[in-house]
Amino acid sequence: MAPSATVAGPPPSGAGLPASPPDLSPRPRPGETLIKLSLALSAGLSVLITFGIIAAVLGPALSFFDQVPIGDFFSLHDQGGRGVRAAVIPLLIGTFLTTVIALALAVPLGLGAAMYLSEYASPRARKWLKPTVELLAGVPSVVYGFFALFFITPVVLQGWLGLEVNFTNSWAAGLVLGVMIIPTIASRSEDALSAVPQALRQGSLAMGANRMQTTLRVVLPAALSGVAAAIVLGLSRAVGETMIVTMAGGAVKNNSLDPSEPHMTMTAFIAITAQGENPVGSADYNMLFAVGLLLFVVTFVINAISIAIVRRFRQAY
Amino acid sequence: MSLATRTASDAVTASLTGKSKDRDVRSMVFLGALWFSLFFGVVVLLALIIDTAIAGAPRFDLQLFTEYESRINRDGTGFRAGILGSVWLMATTALMAIPLGIGAAVYLEEFADKKSRVARIIEINLQNLAAVPSIIYGMLAVAIMGLLGYVYKGIVLGGAFALALLILPVVIITTREAIRAVPSDIRHGSLALGATVWQTTWRNTLPSAVPGIATGTILGLSRAIGEAAPLLILGLATVRDDPTGIESKVTALPIQIYNLSAMSQLEYQVAASAAIIVLLVLILGMNALAIFIRNKFQRSW
Repeated sequence: MAPSATVAGPPPSGAGLPASPPDLSPRPRPGETLIKLSLALSAGLSVLITFGIIAAVLGPALSFFDQVPIGDFFSLHDQGGRGVRAAVIPLLIGTFLTTVIALALAVPLGLGAAMYLSEYASPRARKWLKPTVELLAGVPSVVYGFFALFFITPVVLQGWLGLEVNFTNSWAAGLVLGVMIIPTIASRSEDALSAVPQALRQGSLAMGANRMQTTLRVVLPAALSGVAAAIVLGLSRAVGETMIVTMAGGAVKNNSLDPSEPHMTMTAFIAITAQGENPVGSADYNMLFAVGLLLFVVTFVINAISIAIVRRFRQAY
Repeated sequence: MSLATRTASDAVTASLTGKSKDRDVRSMVFLGALWFSLFFGVVVLLALIIDTAIAGAPRFDLQLFTEYESRINRDGTGFRAGILGSVWLMATTALMAIPLGIGAAVYLEEFADKKSRVARIIEINLQNLAAVPSIIYGMLAVAIMGLLGYVYKGIVLGGAFALALLILPVVIITTREAIRAVPSDIRHGSLALGATVWQTTWRNTLPSAVPGIATGTILGLSRAIGEAAPLLILGLATVRDDPTGIESKVTALPIQIYNLSAMSQLEYQVAASAAIIVLLVLILGMNALAIFIRNKFQRSW
């Protein structure tokens, strides 16, 4: 505070002149600087995690490619006689099969649920229905795996449908995987559909379209970027899911495209190999990380596509 | 959209829903298909719960909670180690992930320059991390434990690292949404009275955002409690001991269920079914709590 305000008695020299401006600069708060710093550090940690993942996976993966020629890794069949069963293409085929089955189930059902929630349900109903659908995403994958193994395969596939399927097979794993990603697709698509402005719907209805035509021809195309991003996110979930395919999908490398046979996926390979007693540093152990790196790259690219879709094609209404 | 225009547009929509034209066959079929999509998942969930509950019914007894996994007394095998292990893992995970997650969210929302390149990179990075497969986090935890010098990695600390890193992006994203939902008027009022940004955040913004933060954190933890894949990578195996500290060998309920499901004896499958119901009750309870908090305490400004 300026001294002129506190001193009583005769006017000090300089009275009548403009007082020196009061010091309004914030007083130093070392505690707060410390807090701000630690907050910034925790935010920076999230970037550090990404680098940590890359470093953790890349190191052993690189030593794997020192031990095993890259051609053995990207091959259809394990090369006999070299010890390590390095072929990764069968694992990609397994992942591809279960993912396609999962999406074939989850995309129409997830979109249907999203369209109902966004276009037909009353706000009251939506308030309760949406969390109920999202509850499906809360069921642990190990529970889904158990369900696929002991209910879907023996009761539904072999019993009700009378299919000739193996004890572990890609049908059961893929279908249950699909059920698991329905909420991802439904919830995100519903957000996208709800974000379409009412004016578009009203315009369509005013032109004489009914609600089905409005939903399918006006609202859905307007929300397409969000819906596409939701589907891509579901795809990345399906590729990275582990327990369902490990328990119900089988543990054999299989190059056939028949979903009634067991297929090992990339994630199932990692989970099953990790339980074996492979010494740290051996080629078998390092292969775990090579497959992990491939999985990380695949899901990273898929996620990047999803984020890019939203950023590039988002309609600003 | 302001409340007034929203109400007005709702009123207009009510008279313009096109309901009168919804009665032709194709529309009815379409609506039926939408209903089917919505309830398919719910029916599967019900089938799962009922089938598992029937299968596990013979084992809803006290031994399920008080006994360890047993090779001799298969009818009395229990999940004491898994349940206690999961509790320890959850507590340690929460201690790691919640402060870090809230700290990061507060920084990104209240302190960081949102238009800066760094903020954009962190934003994209978070979206990416939220979709990284859980099994990859197990590998990261293996590497961290290796750096810390642990040879056997199936201990509470290792599992908590994997789970905390796994749910950290979820906690950050939901906390940011909760903080963002607090109107800036409140901040401006506090700042105008001379409070610093931190004082405003600590005394005004954060208390108002608590319901949203609690909801997001509970949902994140309920995801962590059901995770098995990253723990498998760490080598969590059968344990017949109560954990006593963060360096104790540990197992988790999902891991025990997974191990028992791989055994051929029927008794183990029955026990696993009963344990699944316990796990589901835990998770559905946490989800219900989160929804309850969201619906009950969330203020609309």
